[in-house]
Amino acid sequence: MSQVIVVTSGKGGVGKTTSAAAIAAGLAMKGKKVCVIDFDVGLRNLDLIMGVERRVVFDFINVINDGIRLNQALIKDKRIEGLYILPTSQTRDKDALSREGVEKVIDELRQEFDYVICDSPAGIEKGAYMALYFADEAIVVTNPEVSSVRDSDRILGILNSKSRRAERGEGPMRQHLLLTRYDLDRVARGEMLKLEDVLEILAIPVLGVIPQDDTVLQCSNLGMPVVLDPKATAAQAYMDAVRRLLGETVELRFTTPPRKSFVNWLLRRTA
Amino acid sequence: MRLRDLLDLFRSPGRAEGSATAAKQRLQVILAVERPLTRGQPDFLPLMQREILDVIRKYVPIDERKLKIEVEREADMSMLAVSIELPNAALTRAI
Repeated sequence: MSQVIVVTSGKGGVGKTTSAAAIAAGLAMKGKKVCVIDFDVGLRNLDLIMGVERRVVFDFINVINDGIRLNQALIKDKRIEGLYILPTSQTRDKDALSREGVEKVIDELRQEFDYVICDSPAGIEKGAYMALYFADEAIVVTNPEVSSVRDSDRILGILNSKSRRAERGEGPMRQHLLLTRYDLDRVARGEMLKLEDVLEILAIPVLGVIPQDDTVLQCSNLGMPVVLDPKATAAQAYMDAVRRLLGETVELRFTTPPRKSFVNWLLRRTA
Repeated sequence: MRLRDLLDLFRSPGRAEGSATAAKQRLQVILAVERPLTRGQPDFLPLMQREILDVIRKYVPIDERKLKIEVEREADMSMLAVSIELPNAALTRAI
């Protein structure tokens, strides 16, 4: 059965698109057929993160409004079998995403794909509503930082009240926390909210904790989902999250700092 | 007791606490205030709008686009305004 999953956060810059790309790619690497859609009309970026920016001919908005067929707009990833990208347009027209149009596209994608991943724009404007409205599950991307946690809390409220599931009284949507940019050193020093704090406040189950990792930036420079670099800790953490999404029980990694030697510790204190 | 814990005893209490504790406390306070407003009931308006429309449509032919439902919230009261534009023909027949 096809699952529609929204990757959302409220706050911008927390790693939504990076996470949507990594999870979509990870699911495809696990043999699933996956389509990832960019809902950030006007400020599209998923195409860049996925490295397909020069292959965009038609987009999501053309399919909704201009009678373009879905397979004319879908871009097949050349590195991972079963992974497709539906880019969005750079139009400034706010009404380009109609609810009926989005519904039609998502219904059609459900026929074809095991997973439809909706990469939400930041904020709580129309694009963000459209990205979450038809979802069966939500991945809430959060940084261990006050404004991000507050915005995630707000988004959880919206998922519970404004999604189609909520409006139809079909019960709450499955929600997962994806804690990104987790800096173990700063957590150890008490300078950063720790996983347990965020879990206590948001009260949703954790899908994954992605450690702060410079590889994420390098991968975005190159236009490749971070899971394609299996040595990177972020890639391993994303793959763990993917396995949990698929129902496996995987223990959390990268949530406790590696033991530091006394010399290292002294150096850090005097720095 | 590990060496690290022993050495921690010599840190000033303010630093040992860390700002993360303050972050958590501030979040708990602000969310306790905001949640009653933001974690509301499922939005019943779309369903109610459909049902109101169905009732009216039983008696008068109306255009769905001419129905407007608005909720205004103020400090101590909320106002629900339903405005329906009826076609002329429907009214003359009724009178």
